[in-house]
Amino acid sequence: MERKDFIHPYIPNSVPEVREEMLKEVGLKSVYDVYAEIPDRLRFKGRLDLPEPIASEARLKRHVEEILKKNSTCKEYLNFLGAGCWQHHVPAVVNEIINRSEFLTAYCGANYSDVGKYHARFEFNSLMAELLDIDAVANPIYDWGDVAGRSIRMASRITGRNEALVPKTICPQRLAEIRQLCQPEEMSNAIKIRFVEFDPKTGLLDLEDLKRKISDKTAAVYFENPSYLGFIEEQGPEITALAHSAGALCVAGVDPISLGVLTPPGSFGADIICGDLQPLGINMFAGGGQSGFIAFRDEEVYIAECPLEIYSLVDTVVEGEYAFAEVRAERTSYGMRDKGKDWVGTASGLWTIGSAVYLSLMGPQGMKELGEVIVQNVRYTENLLSSLPGVKIKFKQPNFKEFLVDFNGTGKKVAEINAALLEKKIFGGKDLSGEFPEFGQTALYCVTEIHTEEDLERLYNALSEVLS
Amino acid sequence: MKGIKLRRYHAPKYDEPIIMEMGVKGQRGILVPPAEKKIAEAVGPAADILPKKAQRQTPPRLPEIDQYHVLMHFLRLSQMTLGMETGIDIGEGTCTMKYSPKVHEELIRLSQMVDVHPLQPESTLQGILQIAHELESFLKAISGMDAFTFQTGGGAHATYVNACVTRKYHQERGELGKRTEVITTQFTHPCNAATPATAGFKVIILPQKNGYPDLEALKSIVSERTAALHMTNPEDTGIFNPLVDEFTRVVHAAGGLCFYDQANANGLLGIARARDAGFDACHFNLHKTFSSPHGCEGPAAGAYGVTEKLLPYLPVPLITKEGDKYHLDYDRPRSIGKVRSFYGNLECIVKAYAWIRSMGPEGLRTVAETAILNNQYLDHLLLKIKGVSRPFAEGKPRFEQIRYSLQNLLDETGFGTHEIQNRMVDFGIQSYWLSHHPFVVPEPFTPEPCETYSKEDIEYWATAIEQACKEARENPDMIRNAPHSQAVHKIKDFNQAEDADRWAITWRVYQKKKNKR
Repeated sequence: MERKDFIHPYIPNSVPEVREEMLKEVGLKSVYDVYAEIPDRLRFKGRLDLPEPIASEARLKRHVEEILKKNSTCKEYLNFLGAGCWQHHVPAVVNEIINRSEFLTAYCGANYSDVGKYHARFEFNSLMAELLDIDAVANPIYDWGDVAGRSIRMASRITGRNEALVPKTICPQRLAEIRQLCQPEEMSNAIKIRFVEFDPKTGLLDLEDLKRKISDKTAAVYFENPSYLGFIEEQGPEITALAHSAGALCVAGVDPISLGVLTPPGSFGADIICGDLQPLGINMFAGGGQSGFIAFRDEEVYIAECPLEIYSLVDTVVEGEYAFAEVRAERTSYGMRDKGKDWVGTASGLWTIGSAVYLSLMGPQGMKELGEVIVQNVRYTENLLSSLPGVKIKFKQPNFKEFLVDFNGTGKKVAEINAALLEKKIFGGKDLSGEFPEFGQTALYCVTEIHTEEDLERLYNALSEVLS
Repeated sequence: MKGIKLRRYHAPKYDEPIIMEMGVKGQRGILVPPAEKKIAEAVGPAADILPKKAQRQTPPRLPEIDQYHVLMHFLRLSQMTLGMETGIDIGEGTCTMKYSPKVHEELIRLSQMVDVHPLQPESTLQGILQIAHELESFLKAISGMDAFTFQTGGGAHATYVNACVTRKYHQERGELGKRTEVITTQFTHPCNAATPATAGFKVIILPQKNGYPDLEALKSIVSERTAALHMTNPEDTGIFNPLVDEFTRVVHAAGGLCFYDQANANGLLGIARARDAGFDACHFNLHKTFSSPHGCEGPAAGAYGVTEKLLPYLPVPLITKEGDKYHLDYDRPRSIGKVRSFYGNLECIVKAYAWIRSMGPEGLRTVAETAILNNQYLDHLLLKIKGVSRPFAEGKPRFEQIRYSLQNLLDETGFGTHEIQNRMVDFGIQSYWLSHHPFVVPEPFTPEPCETYSKEDIEYWATAIEQACKEARENPDMIRNAPHSQAVHKIKDFNQAEDADRWAITWRVYQKKKNKR
């Protein structure tokens, strides 16, 4: 039955007199005249098994706050976790802008009423293009793993081949997402994933193994820099050249925050570049801040195979005015349904605006200095930890932001070490004994610009106590 | 619509440059902490640590701008965006542009959300896990499903995951090789056709008959090749299909699975449930029906729910509860694996949770009933306007949204839905959305006056349509040259974005192509 007494602040027309007036105007006794379209057998007759409403804002806020208080934070604990979600400083101006009502609540408003949204997106694309040193950037979607899979699918359609080579050191979570997009092999459009070995001392991709495995079936050679395990994959130019010599595309996965100091993949000819925006000014939100970007050459074949929205600056009837329009929207799933390129949908628009603000604030010098302090902090931490008995840094290659700490010599399991660190209010690095059992007891530590010397000493002291 | 006076609106107009044009060499927008003295002395400069060949040679050509002017620029861009809260947003049908309570924003900005890392030990994530687990129980009650995942980062992502679950289900039965077809309907969201195609299925689009998906056609199409049905109800036209359980019965009888895209659930909360119509799986857009803001297209969440039968295939981890402790369960050998890193957009989960808590069972029904009532009222007003028609299903009421046509107006005046869309925004309301492709309804527009909008808002919106249609007859230049009161004028030539020699996807390309010309 229709009730008339629930007047809610979010529902202006919940006032009974207004409802009566509207019903009268449209000539209905009740909205249940409309629901009569639903056959009785499909009607839900009970009362939803939900808790009673917390009607006042004051009590609702208190209620949710009380639950969220059960979370501990990386402000209360000293955090060394990364592995796909990274703790960086989020500038106040970024938060100010992404919390603007207009950006927070806009959706698919068209070219004119939401022109500022398109303007900001175009700027995001333009800023990222400079950071990556490549000409075309699409509107981002879910996360790094998803765009890695989509990039490989793009490469497969462009080359007409159906095999991808990926490093054995790839992030397993991202690999799982790639598999979800490229497999299983029973499917007619499946792409086979093959692994390339790595140098056990440095972690670097084994180029000889790549040469052995690359063939005229290879659509894409995918590699990550910095790698999941933290080391700097410096062979980008060689990997790209090998891919090209076999007629394959080179797909580079990058952490964009490294590109103030590391070579951008565009400058050595990578064809498609993907990665996650979260480091560029997006809060962690327990993993809710991820956003995957794809960039590529400004060539028709890449545009034609890109599944994501692409925007262009366009002219208006008034000279010098900037407006924006979607490029070849027809190719997307909105335009062609099952005949479109993969699919596109609502994903992470607000984060692209946040990242645009971030890059605008940082500028070239900010990105460079940020990269430098991360590299220095990492090296300092590596030196401290490797001075502990039984502790080693797994790879000799220099690392960016993350590094693999080898605890095998300590006789302790990472799980035990991390449990003891937790007692000391430290989140130790991610335990990799599950993802990379062949390395034994190792942990992936993340150090960024947020860490102070005091923080790093505190980790060192805590670990020396835990390991003694 | 007596007494409604259209506003003399004008959007903020700043002639704002592209940010790449701004700044002065040497300016800084923010300073980063340098390596502390002891660290710098111990390890030396970064350039000596980094491999020589891996170091960036040329700095990125990012602008160099002081902080105040970065802020000013993006504030202006935000003002050049109408969004949902400053202009009535009834026009974006199927998107459920409802009010997103501000108190939710305060909650997700707490340190206990923004400063939480997903890989922290479970014991330190108990708050967010509790909220996710309880929200799951709410959505179970609303849909009748047995379990939900929140990893899917949008509605289309949820339909993709359903296609992946479908693959796994038939693979386990040894039937994936032969079950190669997924069926969807013409007025279901395009992602329901696109995502199974991405997953490797052949997609069959069921024809419609007078606005209803054709049951007889379905019976002739299903076979041992049928893997699944993807459909929505009411469809994007607002027409409710009363035979929906017959559709699921026919597909089940052929051995296929049935997925219900519940993007259009706002008028059905507490009224009808997915399970009762025989569906094996469904999804809700938490950024639509459950109030999480749309954020210029995300972050979003397409909560994906299944019955017991499909539960083993859900992506890992599931959030479980033992005693009063919450856990992340990765030990699920039959799972399809991962579809997104970590656990999804948990900030959306908090907002959906808070919204349902603020409503309770009565509140949700009031939402649904009001969404239906508002739509009847708008329909009543719009159908009085000459030039507006409502094709299909003559005499049948629509639910929470309606696909109208301006074909009659086009025939009479030469102006169709694109021109009216351009003019509507001059009245200070968000531009309306037309339709998904293909345009089965000619010259379409699809408003959805959800529970957020007042009687007066609805009257205002209808008055704006009426005025624009009137101008199409009486003042054609007003329509032809629209919009008139926006931050920018009419786009000269949309083909500029279709032509590889003229499109400019980034500023660097714009400059290259401009110099070439």
